[in-house]
Amino acid sequence: MASLDELKLQGRRVTEHGPWPRLVVDAAHWSRATLELVAGRWSLLSLWGEADTVHMAMLEPQLGEAVVISLPCPSGSFPSVGMLHPPALRLERTIHDLFGLVPEGSPDPRPWLDRDQWGVRFPLGPRLPPSAPRGYQMLPVEGEGLHQIAVGPVHAGIIEPGHFRFTANGETVVRLEERLGYVHKGIDGLLIGADLERGAQLAGRVSGDSTVAYAIAFARAAEAALGITVPPRALWLRALCAELERLANHLGDIGGVCNDVAFALMLSHCSVLRENVLRAAERAFGHRLMRDVVVPGGVARDLDDTGKGSIRQMAKTVRQRFPELIELYDETASLQDRTVTTGRLSAELAQQYAAGGYVGRASGRDFDARRDLAYPPYDQLRFKVPVLSEGDVNARVWIRIREVKQSIGLIEQMLSELPDGEWRVPLPATLAPAEGVALVEGFRGDVLAWLRLKDGVIARCHLRDPSWFQWPLLEAAIEGNIVADFPVCNKSFNCSYSGVDL
Amino acid sequence: MGVTLDDILVQGLQMLLVFTLAPLLTGFIRKVKARLMRKRGPSLLQPYRDLLRLLRKDVVLADNASWLFRATPYVTFAAIWVAAALVPTFATGLLFNWMADLIVIVALLGTARFFLALAGMDVGTAFGGLGSSREVMIAALAEPAMLLIVFCVALVAGSSQLSTIANFIASAQVGLRVSLGLAMIALIMVALAENARIPVDNPSTHLELTMVHEAMILEYSGRHLALIEFGAFLKLLLYVSLLACLFFPWGIAVSGAGLQSYVVGTAVYVVKLAAVGFLLALFETATAKMRVFRVPQFLGAALMLGLLGTLLLFVSKSL
Repeated sequence: MASLDELKLQGRRVTEHGPWPRLVVDAAHWSRATLELVAGRWSLLSLWGEADTVHMAMLEPQLGEAVVISLPCPSGSFPSVGMLHPPALRLERTIHDLFGLVPEGSPDPRPWLDRDQWGVRFPLGPRLPPSAPRGYQMLPVEGEGLHQIAVGPVHAGIIEPGHFRFTANGETVVRLEERLGYVHKGIDGLLIGADLERGAQLAGRVSGDSTVAYAIAFARAAEAALGITVPPRALWLRALCAELERLANHLGDIGGVCNDVAFALMLSHCSVLRENVLRAAERAFGHRLMRDVVVPGGVARDLDDTGKGSIRQMAKTVRQRFPELIELYDETASLQDRTVTTGRLSAELAQQYAAGGYVGRASGRDFDARRDLAYPPYDQLRFKVPVLSEGDVNARVWIRIREVKQSIGLIEQMLSELPDGEWRVPLPATLAPAEGVALVEGFRGDVLAWLRLKDGVIARCHLRDPSWFQWPLLEAAIEGNIVADFPVCNKSFNCSYSGVDL
Repeated sequence: MGVTLDDILVQGLQMLLVFTLAPLLTGFIRKVKARLMRKRGPSLLQPYRDLLRLLRKDVVLADNASWLFRATPYVTFAAIWVAAALVPTFATGLLFNWMADLIVIVALLGTARFFLALAGMDVGTAFGGLGSSREVMIAALAEPAMLLIVFCVALVAGSSQLSTIANFIASAQVGLRVSLGLAMIALIMVALAENARIPVDNPSTHLELTMVHEAMILEYSGRHLALIEFGAFLKLLLYVSLLACLFFPWGIAVSGAGLQSYVVGTAVYVVKLAAVGFLLALFETATAKMRVFRVPQFLGAALMLGLLGTLLLFVSKSL
């Protein structure tokens, strides 16, 4: 593994950026960094644009070192990363759609978010008048006896919209191609010019099920930019919210996976437990999903003894009832028959795409931002990061099962060791430019937030959902499986639509 | 044998009985399943309300739907209703019973399915085709299994006439038969597959890609959908009645036995429906759905059980 010093990236260091270094580099060093990603020594964290610059965040997972490199593109183009490192492709297509910057040499110049419905091209860049509708070419598939099944964007159930194009030979999937972007809300544009309070609200609405993770990522990035220290009690309360969120979502997912193979009993029981978590969250923090609880500078409200009691009661209930459910899951042969060996994701792909969360950890990628970047208060808490190597639906369920147990442990630790004191500090009013970045472990994986403040408002904020690197892997995992197994594979990934459509 | 007014009246009663009880059976199974999952569940009468709601709604037709698509709901409903009326429920020896035997029932159900599968492909959507192809794959395996069951039971009773079989088995001379046991298990497996129940299909799924029966009828709406749904309710009732009539015919009234035994027969029939419905709900709650490609193995086992039952009868008449 190569540390940042060994990378020998030469460039101007941006002093107002924290906590990781940000280097403004030239095209040659940009391409060298790309080669590091290709070689697998560094992982791609994100790739995003501005009107005249592209930025790339990279992580060296074993040393926990991270860096942001920036390439000014005065001519409106930059050397494509996706050309050599496919995980960057959709991010580059997004950059082109929003800012008009051209990834040179990219093998996939198709639009990603832009559906010719905005009335303007490159809305955050040069804002050109709309062109004639371009249409969208799905990737060609050739062969005998193949047929296509188009699913969505509107589905029979009440779920988020996304289009899935299956090419199948009888029941066997030959290729799946996703087309997303149906819930594009223009969050990048809304964030520009917003103040920090509004920014925190917007960040918390990128993906509703990860509202705490996003709010923490945004708050930490803002605090890093402003250089303020948050009181310990606030940090602990944030982590408490984050674990409650993880617990609720994992419980919902475990039931959901089982329900997709028509084992509704598990869903009912898991839903009861999830409801327990949500009600405890409502009593403790005033909102079932804990939206807008985490704010830059701390938390919006303190936790009182009643709230503590209800969380403690909930943890006890889950601890009591959960083992029976695991037993039910593990001992129902017809259920195991559906989840074991289904939708296998190879360790190489998980590594290449730096897949976060249960998707990566079920395929042997041993990374958890809570442990490997050890942001407070996780540096003072005891927990294990489960890793499995099978990479199938069953492994992704088991990672969740183990994480549920870890989260309950964390919640109990935090309740008993919660420090006293302040829980919110005022934000200094600065007009100077300031930049911050943060990586936070949400239930799905690592959420990245980067922002630049100027004149007291957000000049640009980039929020990267873990699903950016998980959606493409779903396409790979379903290959060779049967069409009817897609729903359960999809649920085991449970990627966010809203989070990547922004 | 002259047809009397009574015969027609009792047969009419039978048709009306299956017509009214079919949605109730489905409602009952849904209710039990919900209760088993600690949910309150919809009212027992919800299927009736659903049917009424659908009947009142407009039909939305695809532009390229042919006459076949429009005719299919009526054909399937009629075929299934007639088939259901042929199975003795509260009494044997009804008017229609003598006109058709078990093989005719299998053929009527086959006709209904044939039309549904064609209609699934008629509009040309991917899901219709997907559902039809899966349904036909299942049917191609379920029908031979069903016929072997028919042969097995017919060999025991010496007739393929349902009333005769029921009266024969209800009589004391049968005793415990291995071949009948095998046939019963096979019939249960076939019934699960034919009625799109778990583990073969999931009647309550919203996932288009996993559907079999539901995918086939995805394009139907309004009164067309109502008829198809009603047909599905009737088919479930038919199979439960068939199980009851073939293997548990006790308490069933004999034609012309008078009002009192008809009432008793009906009460016993309702109890049987409830018992089988409860067991079905219990089984469905405890099992996940199997992979599509496991279904041939499942139905293959049913086929083999039917075959084994039939062969045993050639080895020894008393098995």
